[in-house]
This record gives sequence, C-alpha cells and structure tokens, in this order.
Amino acid sequence: MITAIYAVLAMVGLGLFFGFFISFANKKWAVEIDPRIHEVEDALPKGQCGACGYPGCMAYAEAVVTNADVPPNLCAPGKDAVAQKVAEITGKKAEAMEPKIAFVRCAGTYEKAVRTSLYKGISDCVSAGMLHGGDKGCTYGCLGYGTCAKVCMFDALKMSPEGIPVVNPDKCTGCGKCATVCPRSIITLVSPEIKVKINCNSKDKGAFVRKNCKMGCIGCGICAKECPHGAVMVENFLAVVDSSICKEKCSDPVCLAKCPTMAIRPAIWGVVPGNEVAEKLGLS
Amino acid sequence: MTEYFLLFLSAAIVNNFVLSRYLGLCIFFGVSKNFHASTSMGLAIISIITMSSMLTWVIEHFILIPLGLYFLRMIVFVVVIAVFVQLLEMVIKKFMPTLYNIWGIYLLLVATNCVILGVPIINSEEHFNFIKSTVNALGSGTGFAIALILFASLREKLQFSDVPKSLEGLGIAFILAGMLALAFQGFSGMIPL
Repeated sequence: MITAIYAVLAMVGLGLFFGFFISFANKKWAVEIDPRIHEVEDALPKGQCGACGYPGCMAYAEAVVTNADVPPNLCAPGKDAVAQKVAEITGKKAEAMEPKIAFVRCAGTYEKAVRTSLYKGISDCVSAGMLHGGDKGCTYGCLGYGTCAKVCMFDALKMSPEGIPVVNPDKCTGCGKCATVCPRSIITLVSPEIKVKINCNSKDKGAFVRKNCKMGCIGCGICAKECPHGAVMVENFLAVVDSSICKEKCSDPVCLAKCPTMAIRPAIWGVVPGNEVAEKLGLS
Repeated sequence: MTEYFLLFLSAAIVNNFVLSRYLGLCIFFGVSKNFHASTSMGLAIISIITMSSMLTWVIEHFILIPLGLYFLRMIVFVVVIAVFVQLLEMVIKKFMPTLYNIWGIYLLLVATNCVILGVPIINSEEHFNFIKSTVNALGSGTGFAIALILFASLREKLQFSDVPKSLEGLGIAFILAGMLALAFQGFSGMIPL
C-alpha cells in the first residue's frame, strides 16, 4: 500500500515539476519570430521549387524579411502579383518581373533525328548521357528520357510520344528546375512573347548537323543577314535570337521565310517542335 | 580501462542497436535517404543518448530505488527523456541558432525513439554503474550512427541502380538492411559480455 502511495506521489511530483519547468523554460527562452515571416510565407505559392535560390518557401520568407538586401521579386512562379504582395509586407520596392517560360531547344524527335545505338539502361537522361554520350547521333540534342518532365513540380512539362518534352505555357512558372537538371542544357528560360524560336542547340558544323537531324540549324547565317534589326546572330554554327530586340522591334519576322531548313519557326507554344506550321494552317 | 573499451566496442559493433538488436528502425529507414541528414541524425542520437542515459541513471539511483519504485522506471524514463529533449531543443534554438539549423530539427524526432529508451533500460537491467552506463550509451549511439551512415551511403548509390519496379523505394531498402544485418551477424559472440 505504501508503495502505491509513493508511486502516485512520485509520478504526480515528477509530472508537476516537469510541467512547470518546461512552461517556465518556454517563456524564458522563447524565440521571437517576426510575424511578417508568416505573412510572407502565406503570400508565396508554396510550390517549394527553390527557384528563388533558397531551400523552400519558408527559408525565402525568412530571408526576405530579415535581410534588407534580399529583393522581394525572387519568386518566379508567383510572378508580379506575389512580388507586389511580398514588397508590401516587407516595405521593399518590387521591380517589375519579366515573365519567362521554359523553352526546349531541340526538335530532334524519333522520326527526325538519328539514333546511333540502342539504349536499354535506366530511363534517365543523365545516366543515358554518361554511357558513351548517349544514344543520339547529335551530341547536343535531347535524349528524350524525360528527366526534366520528372522534375517539374507544376506538371507543365510532358514527354510527347515523339520523344521531345513539350512545355505547357499556361502551367509553366519559369522556375528553371528543368533547365538545371537537363544534362545537355537544352532547356532555357525565354520570354513567352518572342516572335520566333529556334529549336536547336547543336554547335556542330552544318554537314554534320544535316547527317544527324532533319530539323537542326546548319549555321548558314542567312537569318543573321536578313534580319533588319540585328536580332539574330550565328555563333558556333548556331543561330541565336536576342529576345529583347526580337520582341520589341520586329513586327514582320522575315527570318521565318528565309531560313532554308525551317529551323527558325514561329513561336507557337505547347506543340511538338516541327509541328508549328501545320498547327498554324490547321493541318494537325 | 580495457573493460570500458570492450564495453564500448560491444555496444557499437557487436550488439549494434539497429543491425543486431533491431531497435530504432523507424529512424533507420526514415532518415537514411540522404547522407547529410543521416550524419546530422547520427550526431543528434549520440549526444541525446549519452546525456539522457546519464540523467536517467541519476533519477533511477536517487529517486526510484530509494523509494522502491524500480518497477516504474520505464514510464519515468519516457517522461524524463521527453522533457530533456524538449528543453535541449529550446536552449539550442535560443542560444545557438546555427547549430539548431543543422541539428536541432532532428532532436524532436528522436525524443520518443526506442533506442533512446532502450539504452537506459538495458543499463538498469545490467546494473551498470554511472561510468559504465555512460560508456554503454556512447557506444550504442556511435553504433547507431555508424549503421545509419553506412545505410545512407548505400541507399544513395541505390538511386542510380536499376531496381525492379515492384521493389523500388522501401522494398529494396528492407532487403539491403537485411544484408547489412547479416554482415554484422559476423561480429556476434566476438566480445562475450
């Protein structure tokens, strides 16, 4: 009997002691958190994509509130609306953000590009690329194993049956995860308002490009000569469009008609590259 | 001295908590996906295990045994360890924010872990003195950390290998853990304690 009383007393005593001790410690050593951190976190889209450069939305919220040098417009998926809100909460000035979406610079579908070998390993571009540079003839082209589509957390990037990932412009937030993960750096971020696009990343010489892919840019330079605004340049046998010039100055892209290989195509998003023209004429 | 060294080795390797006694498997599978996380977790486990076994030894020998309440030890240990871990978390959060960011988030995960409770129970059943309890706890924690880090390294390699579809993820991890445990079975009986 005496043991039972002892047991009850000891447990009650320990419980009370620990309870008071913990609540006292909680008050005494409480860490004040700026309430604005939670406000900012609520304003963020919470995709946890890391496009801002911080590990997750909470970390960015903390940084933007506590550090005066962190700009409020780093959240790419949130675009201008979120930047404005964050700027309002933190009292910083939000600079205008240019919307960007992912752009796959390759049109080498199964049908159009030559495959030199048969790859039966893990279905992943990184590991396919490690094995003798991949199974594609073009060493700059898309391997087509969908590593980018797997990493997209906004469901904006899908592998098409033709073997090239297709970006859904309405869903793409421009976070750039796919661009980082692509082992051949084929995906870049561009403004969705550009007039023309060049779905090619090959820096090989023209004849070599022709041998491996029907859709590639051979670097002939006609587009660079024809463009009245100087928006197109050929570097390393590859035409590159300066999107800011192209977007602002050009109203009638002559390069589209002049390109002998049709590597330069109208910027129609959300279709397998190479099908744009058919799309435009309603043939697809 | 030799006795303590042997006790340490026995707790760390021969009677490894995860791979020979099969305790603490929830953390072992939960945190072992990533090498960095598992190192932090291992450090958290070592420190918490050592400090809480010291604390429980004191409580057992100065409160429970004098009052004849030895049979209550499991409940009391649970409470004591939970409180201690909470307190430690608060102190670290307040005074060492950098350390808290690396290590603090793992503290609460281990608060009610079976390894943390298992070591004080074993200490009290074996009637270890204070130093022996501490050495045993240190060895057990180290053994846990070794197992966790080994397993995390293996699992990171596993991500690049071609695993049958139905075994992807935890399935193959269980098989791997079984193989690792088999390897550790080779140590059994090497240190008779």
